[in-house]
Amino acid sequence: MKYTIHATCSVLMLPFMLATSAMAGSADVVVENAWARASIGTSRPGAAYMEVHNAGDEPVTLTGLRTDLAMMPEVHRTATDEQGVSSMSPAGQIVIAPGETVAFEPGGLHAMLMQLQRPMEEGETFPLTLTFSDGGETTVEVPILGIAARGPED
Amino acid sequence: MQSRSVLGYGAAALGVLGLALFVGWWQVDGPGAPVPDDGRPLPLTAMEFDLTDHEGRPVGPDTLVGAPSMVFFGFTYCPDVCPTTLADISGWLDALGGDAEQLNVVFITVDPERDNVDAMAEYVGYFHQAIRGWTGPEQQIALAVEGFRATYEKVPTDSGDYTMNHTASVFLFDAEGRFVTTIDYHEPREFAVPKLRRAMNEKDAEGAT
Repeated sequence: MKYTIHATCSVLMLPFMLATSAMAGSADVVVENAWARASIGTSRPGAAYMEVHNAGDEPVTLTGLRTDLAMMPEVHRTATDEQGVSSMSPAGQIVIAPGETVAFEPGGLHAMLMQLQRPMEEGETFPLTLTFSDGGETTVEVPILGIAARGPED
Repeated sequence: MQSRSVLGYGAAALGVLGLALFVGWWQVDGPGAPVPDDGRPLPLTAMEFDLTDHEGRPVGPDTLVGAPSMVFFGFTYCPDVCPTTLADISGWLDALGGDAEQLNVVFITVDPERDNVDAMAEYVGYFHQAIRGWTGPEQQIALAVEGFRATYEKVPTDSGDYTMNHTASVFLFDAEGRFVTTIDYHEPREFAVPKLRRAMNEKDAEGAT
């Protein structure tokens, strides 16, 4: 009986133990140089940029974004073809290899902030949460720069 | 009587032949000849479209002839490429200093449904003051895009909205309206500014910083 209880406990604990060990992946994610451009009102989508570094020794998978600023934050990718035509589409999940940094930058990956809940005012910040496949999350405070900003230093 | 009608038919046939030859010449080599289409933008003087600038003034390709021009397409609901292009261009114009005043700089929207004159006015107001915003009826926008040999396409998004795919290159024309070159999206400033100077010609580049 004692053995059974012990075994049941182990089985019940297993997912949590797995989650804990896997959590080490996204816990090692460091977000740097985050910035966004100010918006004009709330009707147009906004965009935010950052560098997502995986300082751990396991790959991590970025699955989504969350922020109170926008109803539909999504990772999007802009691609420009040989004819110079730019298009933008959801990027899906982003796998970041150990030691690698994925750059969200103008003309490439960006956090597309659709259905803004308030205008993005220059000088303010907003929290952006990155969610990972192992259940982990990282939240970064994103400074809002001018609408004509070109990078985090502007 | 018979020989006269033969003569008449002969003259008519010659006339038809002559007309055919003339029409053929007109269409192939004459003024009616199509502009050779090598994928390069037409000269501004060969384009035809009627738009409105962000101050409500009627504008078209003729507006740009007489000074070198930098023209690009975009839309104000574009969160990534367009503000980046406008910010890049503002940077190039800053690098040109006072010489920027000699340039026509025009942002033509490919999304006239949302980008009316007021929207364009507000948007361009956030960037370098030399940048003009042009909009107009969809059909006229299409004519402009065709003249530049550019493309645009409306694409629905998950959120029930839409976005626009479009040519993101910046087109440069000389003061006579001839196409010079493009500056591709994301081209570094060290390439972009010399290209601009080339479009503005050597002479004007002297004495600038």
